[in-house]
Amino acid sequence: MNKVLTFLIIIVLAALAACQAATPTPIQPTAAPSTEPSPQGSPAELVVVTHDSFAVSEDVLKEFENANNVKVQILKSGDAGAALNKAILAGAANPLGDVFFGVDNTFLSRATKANLFEPYRAQGLDEIPAGYKRDTEFRLTPIDYGYVCLNYDKAWFKEKHLAPPQTLDDLTKAEYKSLLVVENPATSSPGLAFLFASISHFGADKYLDFWKALRANDVAISEGWEDAYYNKSTWSGKGDRPLVVSYATSPAAEVFFSDGKLTEPPTGNVLGDGACWIQIEFAGVFKNAKHPELARKFIDFMLSTKFQEDIPTQMFVYPVNPNAKLPDFYKFAEKPKAAAQLDDAVIDANRDAWIKAWTQAVLR
Amino acid sequence: MRARISTLQSLISGLPLLFLALFYFYPLAAILAFSFFGNGALDLSGFREILVDPYYRNVLWFTTWQAAVSTILTILVALPAAYIFARFQFRGQTLVRALTTLPFLMPTIVVAPAFVALLGPRGILNYVATNLFVGAPTIQLVGTIWIIFLAHIFYNYTIVLRIVSTTWANLDPQLGNAARLLGAQRARVFFEITLPLLMPSILAAALLVFIFDFTSFGVILILGGARLATLEVEIYRTAANLFDLPLAAALSLAQIGFTFILILMYTRLQTRLAVTMRVRSQNMTKRTLKTWGEKILVAVNVAGMLLFLLAPLGVLLLQSLQTPNGLGLENYLRLNENTRGSVTFIPPTDALRNSLFFASITVALAVTLGLLAAYAITRTRRGGGWFDAFFLLPLATSAVTLGFGYILAFSRAPFDFRAAVWLVPVAHTLVALPLVIRSIVPLLHQIKPNVREAAAMLGANPTRVFREIDLPIVLRAVLVGAIFAFVISLGEFGATTLIVRPEWSTVPLAIYRLLGQPGLTNYGQAMALSTLLMVVSAAAIVLMERVRIGENVEF
Repeated sequence: MNKVLTFLIIIVLAALAACQAATPTPIQPTAAPSTEPSPQGSPAELVVVTHDSFAVSEDVLKEFENANNVKVQILKSGDAGAALNKAILAGAANPLGDVFFGVDNTFLSRATKANLFEPYRAQGLDEIPAGYKRDTEFRLTPIDYGYVCLNYDKAWFKEKHLAPPQTLDDLTKAEYKSLLVVENPATSSPGLAFLFASISHFGADKYLDFWKALRANDVAISEGWEDAYYNKSTWSGKGDRPLVVSYATSPAAEVFFSDGKLTEPPTGNVLGDGACWIQIEFAGVFKNAKHPELARKFIDFMLSTKFQEDIPTQMFVYPVNPNAKLPDFYKFAEKPKAAAQLDDAVIDANRDAWIKAWTQAVLR
Repeated sequence: MRARISTLQSLISGLPLLFLALFYFYPLAAILAFSFFGNGALDLSGFREILVDPYYRNVLWFTTWQAAVSTILTILVALPAAYIFARFQFRGQTLVRALTTLPFLMPTIVVAPAFVALLGPRGILNYVATNLFVGAPTIQLVGTIWIIFLAHIFYNYTIVLRIVSTTWANLDPQLGNAARLLGAQRARVFFEITLPLLMPSILAAALLVFIFDFTSFGVILILGGARLATLEVEIYRTAANLFDLPLAAALSLAQIGFTFILILMYTRLQTRLAVTMRVRSQNMTKRTLKTWGEKILVAVNVAGMLLFLLAPLGVLLLQSLQTPNGLGLENYLRLNENTRGSVTFIPPTDALRNSLFFASITVALAVTLGLLAAYAITRTRRGGGWFDAFFLLPLATSAVTLGFGYILAFSRAPFDFRAAVWLVPVAHTLVALPLVIRSIVPLLHQIKPNVREAAAMLGANPTRVFREIDLPIVLRAVLVGAIFAFVISLGEFGATTLIVRPEWSTVPLAIYRLLGQPGLTNYGQAMALSTLLMVVSAAAIVLMERVRIGENVEF
């Protein structure tokens, strides 16, 4: 008897879930009445959904909280790709929070197509260089940018009397055999950025030849940045690869996180034409946010010099606001003269097919 | 009287099933429905892709055989230790057993470099080999199937050790003694008496190990290299950046279905193999080491075990002491400093407190539900096998898939649990429950029903029968289950990222966060935090084992 009952419960629940998921939840035509706090009342809770790499200084955030009588709750939901996927799954009718930070230009179209964000022209947006403003409908506001580049181990190349590679083309040469580790573009955001750099450089019809040649040259693949950087690279002391796909600011971060031991970076960047990919990160206000007004203020705050000058030491990327000053140790960070780029519409049309073709050519 | 038993029984079997229905079947159904009907019409393209592309057949084949071989090797390696821990009492036993549990809770991203430091091309093994035998070729293990086997044994050793030695300790040694008196050889006693009696618990352990190896993820990705892929790895790749839900869901269902068939075969086998017998409490079967032969046997075994299990963890400890300025404790001291004043910084004491808090709740939940479920499984004449199989399914389900299911199911009415912190121990319980059940079921099967019936005839009510007959025997098994639940919760990473308030960060999350940025001090601190996790866990496990429970029962 009880078995029958429990089976029934399972089936009912399963059916319930099926109905819920199957019918696309209609988006409410009018926004729910917002519960904005009165200036003297107890602070409202503004929920910022973001990826694991998000960070901000306590005193900088406190300033925003005090000025707006709000408590900012940060929800970290995995790496950049996972955080966006979760926001999409939760849906526009039931957003996980008020603000989302961390969509990058490789996933811009997925975010805008999911129809999760409300258009908002942030204060201070006019000062931001046009190149970073990728969403013409202002649903996503650019906050920071960085470069995905190849890092090389200076000591290793010096000891081997080998010149580090200059461009992507160099990587397929015999002298660089078994020296490179890259991240899988299907699971890692720097990995995807590097794949796009190769497509931008070689063209959509030739990039697979480059990857096949890399495979023949014994390229190593890691599923994530942590494994590539810490387990496979030579300068971390554990791996045997002196060339790793990482960020242009990584060498500077090595100096920053060395307890004053290092006076110059142990690694350098391969900056040759088109070897680096520019990664721009965006923030947006969720549709149906509980506190839309505060959420918009938070976007303004993220573009303010106060927050923008905090970005380099907290997240190791560059502020989009040209008025923001960089910290001293950024003198070790190098920028490529010309970074690789692809048109957002081209990315949107081909992203999945490119990843699948890469998988076929490199992994199988 | 009868009515009371049946309400009690339905409550007993109902509660764990309700838990499973709400926190497993409901989110799973939600993600499957979303994947297959997401665009309004039924989309089964994922299944077509799996069936048409021979690649996925190869993946399934690789997944299966590597898991089978890993399981057999794990059992062979762990069985001698199970014997020693079951039959002998020696100093440091509790500590050694606690130490064997540590691999189980260490994140692969932390353990893998230690393996490479030992077995890699520039590792200690090769250093020794080339110095002992001049000109010997480099032993290349990283990126091969061999290091996967080794890592799987390393991780799952403790499952076999704990589950089998618990049953072995309860075997009546007089059975074997009687056979020896009648002239049977040692080997014959083992193969014809001991092994058949142990079979149910060996199979129970083997099933768990197999499922863990079958769904292996971190070991395969980090040690095996990118070209060896299990189904779990393929699901992750399909879901992460491609977000190809129809294919991911089809692969997940294939994984669940395949495991489910295996589990059903196992439960059939288990009921057939179960032999009821006189179960002896441990302190009647264990003895101290008497002869030199016994002492050497134990010493060699324990030494080998510790070398194999602790060498990688020792490397970790060593790395935690490396700082830019030579060996020192700076990594530990720095853990508490929020040098950049970041809001997302979490002090190690807070992370440890959170981890221990979640682990305690997980133990309470998993043991209560596990005990109830184990009873339902053994008491139900028909359908017990199905119950059993259901509770194992969460282990066979891709973490990515179920994680997506949680987001879908629990971010809207009727169960709007957005960012609820208590979902963490709930998710941990889901993973821990099968281990608790597996620890208890083999023993429950062995209690002779006539002992219970006799007690009932003499006027004992069901609660008293449970308290005085079953409880003393299963207590040891419950403890084993509790320890499993504890370490699963401490080491769990995937489900914890669902609930993401930084102030509720656990130690594994804090370790990953440190490894998310370049720099020597970040790496050193990650290693220091891992070492702290090991030390605190080992202490907690020893403490749990020390809790003396009334084991002196006579039949």
